[in-house]
Amino acid sequence: MKIDKEQLLAGYRIMRTIRDFEERVHKEFMTGQIPGFVHLYAGEEASAAAVCLQLGDADTVASTHRGHGHAIAKGCDVKAMMLEIYGREGGLCAGKGGSMHIADLDVGMLGANGIVGGGPPLVCGAAITAKTLKTGGLSVAFFGDGAFNQGTTLESMNFARVYDLPVLFVLEDNGYAESTSSSWSIGGHNPVRRAEGFGIPGERVDGHDFFAVYRAAEDAIAAIRKGEGPRFIHIQFTRYYGHFEGDASTYKPANQVKDERRYLDALKFFRARTTAGTMLKNEDLDAIDAEVEALIDTAVREAKAAPAPDVSTLTTDVYLSY
Amino acid sequence: MSQKSFREALNEAMRDEMRRDPTVILLGEDIAGGMGSGGEQDAWGGVLGATKGLMPEFGRERVYDTPISESAFIGAAAGAAATGLRPVAQLMFVDFFGVCGDQIINQMAKFRYMFGGKATTPVVIRTLFGAGTRAASQHSQCLYPIMTHIPGLKVVIPSSPYEAKGLMTQAIRDDDPVIFFEHKAMFDDKEEVPDEPYTIPFGVARTVREGKDVTVVAIGRMVGFAKTAADALAKDGIDCTVLDPRTTSPLDSDAIVASVRKTGRLVVVDEASPRCGMASDISAIVAEQAFDALKAPIKRVMPPHSPVPFAPNLEDAYIPGVDAISAGIRAVMGVK
Ligand SMILES: Cc1ncc(C[n+]2csc(CCOP(=O)(O)OP(=O)(O)O)c2C)c(N)n1
Ligand SMILES: [Mg+2]
Repeated sequence: MKIDKEQLLAGYRIMRTIRDFEERVHKEFMTGQIPGFVHLYAGEEASAAAVCLQLGDADTVASTHRGHGHAIAKGCDVKAMMLEIYGREGGLCAGKGGSMHIADLDVGMLGANGIVGGGPPLVCGAAITAKTLKTGGLSVAFFGDGAFNQGTTLESMNFARVYDLPVLFVLEDNGYAESTSSSWSIGGHNPVRRAEGFGIPGERVDGHDFFAVYRAAEDAIAAIRKGEGPRFIHIQFTRYYGHFEGDASTYKPANQVKDERRYLDALKFFRARTTAGTMLKNEDLDAIDAEVEALIDTAVREAKAAPAPDVSTLTTDVYLSY
Repeated sequence: MSQKSFREALNEAMRDEMRRDPTVILLGEDIAGGMGSGGEQDAWGGVLGATKGLMPEFGRERVYDTPISESAFIGAAAGAAATGLRPVAQLMFVDFFGVCGDQIINQMAKFRYMFGGKATTPVVIRTLFGAGTRAASQHSQCLYPIMTHIPGLKVVIPSSPYEAKGLMTQAIRDDDPVIFFEHKAMFDDKEEVPDEPYTIPFGVARTVREGKDVTVVAIGRMVGFAKTAADALAKDGIDCTVLDPRTTSPLDSDAIVASVRKTGRLVVVDEASPRCGMASDISAIVAEQAFDALKAPIKRVMPPHSPVPFAPNLEDAYIPGVDAISAGIRAVMGVK
């Protein structure tokens, strides 16, 4: 595994930004000021961070309804994201999309998605574009354990294999699809073998371990860039919050949630691992913590102060030309 | 009789039919909740809780809490219906029709006709629809015009808890495929609902309010809005009939045409996208059958031709509300 200090700090910054963003959205949501449906990515940071850290401008990602983390990791503007989640003018999607549709094609973020399994086919398309236009880019489909049972996902895996498309399939298995356990819903109980059934090499990693995800993604991305076609990674971890904000998680044993935070925390692991030796100093990470805290604070303050979108925009951008 | 919510009304109808008829089964995502997890089963009872308590009562042989595989379980419902069961499947949000459309429009809808009258497919697809919950473009559509467009599907849109229970009971007992639309912003609405089972026949409009000046036809959640608008306008001397078609397929066009023949004016209120929708369809029927009775041009009250936006102020501007309906009624009356 090749990762230098700069990369390490960048990876930590992404994870910290996602964590703080989500913790803050959770808090603000409870005050009733954030409209709609919000699905938080806290607990899952290492996946978005370790994968997207290894992507470039020519690469694209498709996300899910739990999309804030992927958006931040792929470089979406954090303040514009917050404006969007509040439904304000200047939001990343002009206030029309909200949390579930956060997207910025300018940075290769093809969108969060309200449709489970909506992303994988789009990623195949982005991979065809990369191949046709010879951009050298690859495309990553992040999808959940629930989405792994959706026909669109399975069709896309076959499709990507048939054309040897530069696609990385990242199964983010947080143990649940809404209230349904992935240990029940994924027939055969072996996602890597399922991928191999499609002829796609894959491996399973601990999603609380940034380094494990980084290494797996590094191998997969190297193979894809060599032209070997699609790869698969099964990431196992946990989401700290309910399925959506407002879900009481009655299907999880009560102490599980508390223990998860205590024992399964990618940021804590990262700090322990990198500061135990000479890799990083605690001060390096503390400085990032402070910067991120200030950024999220500003983002929330600005979002709350921003005006609602002008009502005349209701009917704009349905088409390019009318 | 007691006060029941829309949610409770639906729950009772499904429960009573499952008790009455052992061939009634349920399918859908998280309709019990907690499958395979440490938490109790029945953790959710469906996203809005309408199937709560049914897994504990009827068990896993009758309640299939499914993986996220709409094509498979909606199609399975069609297949089970054609072979002897009466499945009630929940397509969580009607927007997900995009995922499993084939099983609905090409399979279940057409069996009977294509197979020369030999197939009977008594399946109900329950589905959430409508705007107003800040759920944005992929969780707020109406789409019942698309279903109404398909020969072979019956399309039901209840406008209150009482209607929901009677129409759901009818839907389960009906021998044709039924798409049953439940407005997600109405689940906590309450009214008096009988405790015992009853049915409301399809294709028979309900007269919500009788008046001599204008016929207002409204669908789903718009029925309540139209009644509010009409009651307020009565104080200004404008006397409206409000009709709730209850089902868009079959459609009680006779009742609509008869009413317009009495009032001479028509306003149609529809939350669905305006192009090729129910408002256009009903307007066309009236124009064809009662043109001579019209004293004013028909008025359609609808949202703009755009996806449903996220921002609250945009969404509020999108949804046809009481004010827009009042303005529509005033327009056909020729008053400001
Ligand atoms: C096609 C479709 N079916 C169902 C839903 C409702 N839904 C939203 S998220 C979700 C669970 C998804 O689980 P998973 O893929 O594991 O992602 P996670 O929420 O755990 O990140 C469901 C059923 C949807 N949005 N789209
Ligand atoms: Mg999941």
